[in-house]
Amino acid sequence: MSQSYDRGLVEDFGRWQEFSAGMWAWVLHKFTGWVLIGYLFTHIAVLSTAIPAATGDPAVYTGTLQSLEELTVVRILEVGLLSVAVFHILNGVRLLFVDLGVGLGSQDRSFYASLVLTGAIVVASVPTFISGAF
Amino acid sequence: MAERYSSFEPKGTRWFLQRITAGFLIVVLAFHFMLLHFVNHAYEITFMGTQARMSQIGYFATMVLFLGTATFHGVNGVYNALVNQGLSGTRKTAVKYTLVGAGLLLTVQGIRVALAMTGMNVTL
Repeated sequence: MSQSYDRGLVEDFGRWQEFSAGMWAWVLHKFTGWVLIGYLFTHIAVLSTAIPAATGDPAVYTGTLQSLEELTVVRILEVGLLSVAVFHILNGVRLLFVDLGVGLGSQDRSFYASLVLTGAIVVASVPTFISGAF
Repeated sequence: MAERYSSFEPKGTRWFLQRITAGFLIVVLAFHFMLLHFVNHAYEITFMGTQARMSQIGYFATMVLFLGTATFHGVNGVYNALVNQGLSGTRKTAVKYTLVGAGLLLTVQGIRVALAMTGMNVTL
C-alpha cells in the first residue's frame, strides 16, 4: 500500500525556513542547472571567435580569451561556475544512486556530504583559478 | 525516509535519457575542467593550442559529443522544470518548440565552432 507525503509547495519560497534537506537539494539542483545551461550558451558565443580566427586572424580568439582572463571579475565568476558545476555533478551522482535505490535511508547525509565536498574542492581550486589575476 | 523531489515523470524516456546523458557529462565535464584549468591554464589558451587539441579526432569527437549531450541535458532539464512548475496547454507546446529550436541552434553553432577550431573555414 502506497503512502502519500505532503511536501507542500517547494516553489513557495516564503516558507524556506521550513525546507527539509531534500527540498534544498531540489532547489539547489534546479538553480545550478539554470546557471549551467545559461553559461553553455555564453561559452559557445565567446568561443565563436574561433570562426574568424580560422580564416587568418587567430588574434581574435586568443586576444578575446586572454583579455577576459585578465579581468578579476571573470576569475571570480569562474570560481562561481566551478562551484555550481561541482555541486551539480556531486548532487547528480547522489540522485543517480537514489534512482538505483542505493542509499535511500541516508539522503540527508549524502546531500550534506555533497555540499561539504563541493566546498572543499572549490576552496582547493581557488589558487589555480585566480593565479596571475591580482 | 524515501521522499523524492523530481521534475520528471518517473521512468519515462526523457527521464531515462536525462540519466544516461548525466552519466556521460559527469566524466566529461570533470575532464574538461581539469584539462582547461589545471593542465592548461585558461589564461594561457591560444588558438594554436586549441587547434592542436581539436585536430586530434578522439578529442574532437569527445567535445562534439559533449556539446550534444550537454545541450540535450540542459534543454530537457529546463523543459521538465517548467512543466513541473505547472506549464501546460499551448504555452507548453510553444516552450517545447522554442527550446528545441534554441537547442538545435546551439548545436549547429557549436559544431561550426568545433570545425573552426580545427582550422576549417566555416564562414557562411
